[in-house]
Amino acid sequence: MNEQNIAVTVEGLTRTFGDFTAVEGISFSVSRGEIYGFLGPNGAGKSTTIKMLCGLLQPTGGDGTVGGFDIVRESEKIKKTIGYMSQKFSLYDDLSVEENITFFSGMYGVTGKTRKERKEWVLEMSGLKDRRAVITKTLPGGIKQRLALGCALLHEPPVLFLDEPTSGVDPVSRRNFWSLIYEMAKGGTTVFVTTHYMDEAEYCDRLALIYRGKIIAEGTPTELKVQYMRRSVLEIETDRTFEALEVLGRSGIETALFGSLLHAVVDDVETATPEIERELGKAGIKVIRVDKIMPSLEDVFVTLIESA
Amino acid sequence: MKISRIKAIAKKELIQIRRDPLSLAMAFLMPVMLLFIFGYAITLDVNNLETVVCDLDKSTLSRELVAEFGESEYFTIIDHVYSQREIDGYLDRGEALVAITIPQDFSEDIKKGRPAELQVIVDGSDSNSATIALGYISGVTGLFSKRIAVRQRPPLIDTRMRVWFNEELESRNYIIPGLIAVIMSVIAALLTSLTVAREWERGTMEQLISTPVKTPEFILGKLIPYFLIGFIDMLVSVLLAVFLFDVPMKGSLFLLAGLSSLFLFGGLSLGMLISIVAKSQLVASQIAMVATFLPAFLLSGFMYAIPNMPRPLQIITYAIPARYFVSMLKDIFLKGNPLHMLLFETALLGIFGLVVFGIANKKFKKRIE
Ligand SMILES: Nc1ncnc2c1ncn2[C@@H]1O[C@H](COP(=O)(O)OP(=O)(O)OP(=O)(O)O)[C@@H](O)[C@H]1O
Ligand SMILES: [Mg+2]
Repeated sequence: MNEQNIAVTVEGLTRTFGDFTAVEGISFSVSRGEIYGFLGPNGAGKSTTIKMLCGLLQPTGGDGTVGGFDIVRESEKIKKTIGYMSQKFSLYDDLSVEENITFFSGMYGVTGKTRKERKEWVLEMSGLKDRRAVITKTLPGGIKQRLALGCALLHEPPVLFLDEPTSGVDPVSRRNFWSLIYEMAKGGTTVFVTTHYMDEAEYCDRLALIYRGKIIAEGTPTELKVQYMRRSVLEIETDRTFEALEVLGRSGIETALFGSLLHAVVDDVETATPEIERELGKAGIKVIRVDKIMPSLEDVFVTLIESA
Repeated sequence: MKISRIKAIAKKELIQIRRDPLSLAMAFLMPVMLLFIFGYAITLDVNNLETVVCDLDKSTLSRELVAEFGESEYFTIIDHVYSQREIDGYLDRGEALVAITIPQDFSEDIKKGRPAELQVIVDGSDSNSATIALGYISGVTGLFSKRIAVRQRPPLIDTRMRVWFNEELESRNYIIPGLIAVIMSVIAALLTSLTVAREWERGTMEQLISTPVKTPEFILGKLIPYFLIGFIDMLVSVLLAVFLFDVPMKGSLFLLAGLSSLFLFGGLSLGMLISIVAKSQLVASQIAMVATFLPAFLLSGFMYAIPNMPRPLQIITYAIPARYFVSMLKDIFLKGNPLHMLLFETALLGIFGLVVFGIANKKFKKRIE
């Protein structure tokens, strides 16, 4: 990656709150036009990181740039080049759709003919063309998120920060939302997105796994699966899932529940498969199938956290 | 600075105020209500008024009445005299504020069932105390009449009152302009005290500070709608003063409008500063109340004359904008003073506004702490 192509880069970024370290010395770079995912459980430090990148929160250590501007000294310049959508819905609930769009156009300095065009664009992409006079409070969650995204894009920022944009949104809206993100990225926008949905992480060009304030792995989804999962994952289907989980756990096989199935992480498929069948058989549990599968990001994450 | 941004913020704020019945009520109803309540019911407590008694009747009944006055906490009988000349002496020297004369045939009249007369003289130079003293005197004699009415058939004490030095005794004229200044001090700060804190509480601030909006644009944009409201409040107050309380308006309305705007700028900026620092609506509104009401009420010269205050308090009054506004309003309303006679007050109000506006700008951070 050459300088020209870097949209975001941080080095040793740290933020403490009192004695508590929310983000601890993280480093990464995001290239232009990339969808970069930040995947981590609750309290991992995702929002804290994104706020530091947007110039909203002062880092207590490390440095970095966004769009070439220093996150500590040039936060106001950063604010001109980014779009930010916070985790909590933060448009004005008591304004109408159109009033919100007009207001944020004003804030981003989008005026005149451009403003008209951008407003229509936001109304179109959020599907609110016929509901522009509706008070925002009354809109469903998924639509609100699209409107918030639209407002963050009014000034066509080259870098977009989205903090858990789809949390609490139904699956269909989530999929629609992600197609918008793809569209943005195709148009050259760099997208930095946090999530705790594993399936969403799969959509990212690259991602970092963040856990307790530290990046514990980074790469493309495929890289992560191959590189960090030297061990194999077996998918087990039985007639009594919960009992099977208990039995395998007792016999020292690393097993986790996965829907109505079990995933076992093993070193050697050849020896583990008969062992699992034997153990379950002894307990009188019927084994329907045991298959070696491609590990999911969740498997990767679970394994990494266990060894972290 | 971009005018379009200031306009966008002002417009958004106005829409929000318009849609919120509570802020609408606070904006327009509260000042009118306060003016009504205080304007009508001003009962500044006056205690222990120096009183001389001239009891020419010297009967049991007259002594009873004198005792009644002596026992009330409102009057302190400093002497008993027996001639009008002595009364005049006490009043002229300012040693007594009230003189009560009980005529010779007081008890005789009562016994005969004729209305008895009581002569009361009150020093009217402090019209406030005078009005109140008269009220208390009527109260005491009224009670007394009622009591003896139980013993005897309808007797009536006719209290003949005369006020010296300020024959008209229009205390309202003096109180209402000052009252408007006090109320507007509180209203101005309260109006803006919620506006920034509300954005932090609702989470909308996070989005706002991620945009390139500049601090002065933000603060000016937020001030404008409240300035309009404050101006309307001021206008309504002046109308009420003139048409309801019959306060004469001798000065220029333009001057009044101009100086009110200057005062509003400072008062609203103070509320804004409080809102910025407090970050919570409840805390901000309480601070705004305390920080404006008490000083405006006690230290502005509205309640107590500033020259009579202890020196340290006098110095503090210079930092209280209500001090200047109280005297400005009194001077414009009652004396019709032109601007060149109010330059000192105008300059200090201006300085106060600029300083507070400056601090508010400095304190507002486009960051999460
Ligand atoms: N202002 C603050 N003061 C003290 N602690 C804070 C503050 N902000 C965040 N934290 C703590 O820092 C940690 C990381 O918080 P952060 O909001 O970054 O997590 P997150 O990854 O975004 O989690 P979530 O999925 O819940 O949004 C949490 O433990 C949180 O309690
Ligand atoms: Mg978060």
